[in-house]
Amino acid sequence: MLARVRSRRTRRLLDNLEAYAFLLPALAILAVFHFFPIVFAFFVSLLRWSMIDPVRPFVGVDNYRLLFQDEKFLQAVANTTYFSVASVGVAIPLALFFAVLMNRQLVGMAWYRTAFFVPHVTSLAAAAMVWHWLYHPDQFGLLNYLIGKLGLPPQRWLLDPLQAMPAIIAVAVWSALGRDIVIFLAGLQNIPQEYYEAAQIDGANSWQLFRHITLPLLSPTTYFILLVSMIGAFKVFALPLFMTGGGPLNRTLTIVYSVYQQGFQYFRMGYAAAQAYVLFAIIFLVTMLQRRILAGRVHYEI
Amino acid sequence: MARTLVLPQPTARPITHRLSMRNLAVHLILLISAAIVLLPYYLMVSTSVKPVQEVFTDPFRWVPSRLAWENYVEAWNHAPFGRYFLNSTFIAVTETLGVLVTSALAGYAFARMRFFGREALFLIVLGTLMVPGEVQLVPNYITITRLGWLNTYYALIVPWLASVFGIFFMRQFFATIPQELQDAAVIDGASHWTFLWRVVAPLSRPAFITVGLLTFLGSWNALTWPLIVTNTPEMRPIMVGLLSFQNEWGTQPRLLMAAATFSVLPILVLFFVLQRYFVQGIARAGMKF
Repeated sequence: MLARVRSRRTRRLLDNLEAYAFLLPALAILAVFHFFPIVFAFFVSLLRWSMIDPVRPFVGVDNYRLLFQDEKFLQAVANTTYFSVASVGVAIPLALFFAVLMNRQLVGMAWYRTAFFVPHVTSLAAAAMVWHWLYHPDQFGLLNYLIGKLGLPPQRWLLDPLQAMPAIIAVAVWSALGRDIVIFLAGLQNIPQEYYEAAQIDGANSWQLFRHITLPLLSPTTYFILLVSMIGAFKVFALPLFMTGGGPLNRTLTIVYSVYQQGFQYFRMGYAAAQAYVLFAIIFLVTMLQRRILAGRVHYEI
Repeated sequence: MARTLVLPQPTARPITHRLSMRNLAVHLILLISAAIVLLPYYLMVSTSVKPVQEVFTDPFRWVPSRLAWENYVEAWNHAPFGRYFLNSTFIAVTETLGVLVTSALAGYAFARMRFFGREALFLIVLGTLMVPGEVQLVPNYITITRLGWLNTYYALIVPWLASVFGIFFMRQFFATIPQELQDAAVIDGASHWTFLWRVVAPLSRPAFITVGLLTFLGSWNALTWPLIVTNTPEMRPIMVGLLSFQNEWGTQPRLLMAAATFSVLPILVLFFVLQRYFVQGIARAGMKF
């Protein structure tokens, strides 16, 4: 009897050990480079930590206080918010429009989907270089040539403080569109055909079908894309790095770009860590806000 | 969103060949839009093969008078692109294999094994998905420096050998495999290890392909981390190489476009060969959350 209890216990212990052996490789990596740094970053953000200076005094929330007086950082926050709201706000309706157009059994639809999807697998680095050339500020740039055909004068695009951010937003939309379309298409395929047939029998027109069947039944997909796109957008870095260097007049400086500058060009690690934590807080807030505002409007039931 | 996903290309209903006015309009809109989306690629490739005097022309020149392949040779020779490619390939392949193994093992443990603290641990792992990777930049840089790994392959690869997304994705997929299979395997005396690699893994090919492709793509296109942990050309992957190339040759679009072309080519070829998996992967990754 006792022996059996003990063997059951050993058995359970062995099961546990085996499971943890399976988890070990992943958990070891994640612990060192993923979990621990989340805590450590916060600790670093409380220090004046310069890579050059071996003395790293504890300064409490000074880095954070400094942030809210740092006009350059506040501008980076404003720029990033502008970028995120605009790029996501344009990409999602546009993607939905194209997905609905493509969601029909016609020859060639797969081709269009491929065409729209290619930018998503193209690295932002290479894409940014090409768009940088496309936006060339003289008459030699392709875009200026094209708007010249419409009778418009050449624009400065990335060199113009007011046009630079919209120009970058256009690239972000171009890059995200295909991914959003593919996810929307998958969502559209999940809507049972019978709903449309029933509504058509009742005499509903295309707009009514879209408004009262497609849109509500697609809302979980829309919500998901919105969430993921927003989180991704707030982390924008490659585009301004390659296209504008944060300029002109810091108009395209983003939060991650600022983290990069502070941490890895000026080596102010504590300050950079604090900025990264502010980014985390913003993303957290935006996610919660979307959940509060939108979750009630998402229809999961069919 | 537990419903099963119908992937975007079912041919349940016959494809219509009938060209109504409405369908014609749909085609027209999509055709023009697709042309706009692909315009940057045309600009990239056409500029990359333009002779030097045809790059800055007014009006814009759509078709080069001849194909100036020497741009590619010139661009390739201006920077150690061979080395960049080798680095990117090595990093991406190692990372992909590593992520597949660690994710499969951990995903299997979470899906099919019983152990103390399973739910709590899984919640912690998932919870960190909320944290943007940028938070870890500074501490990881400090860790890498302390380990003496700065400017080594270790720094470029090791932190990325496990993926929360990979674990989550594998777990979701493994959880759908019928318990009867596992029971049968246990009766046959198979260990968890054997069951995972002999039964579960072959049945989960789509999950492996999805996680593998997304990891490879993410690694090949990664920029921020390699940018901060490398400081010599020998260690640079292609994307960081492109940045320094742009800084150096920014006034020569034909060279930049040649470099951009050959840097995206491997991924584009991979994409066209495995297109179905890419598209399904993105759609599936989207639907599983």
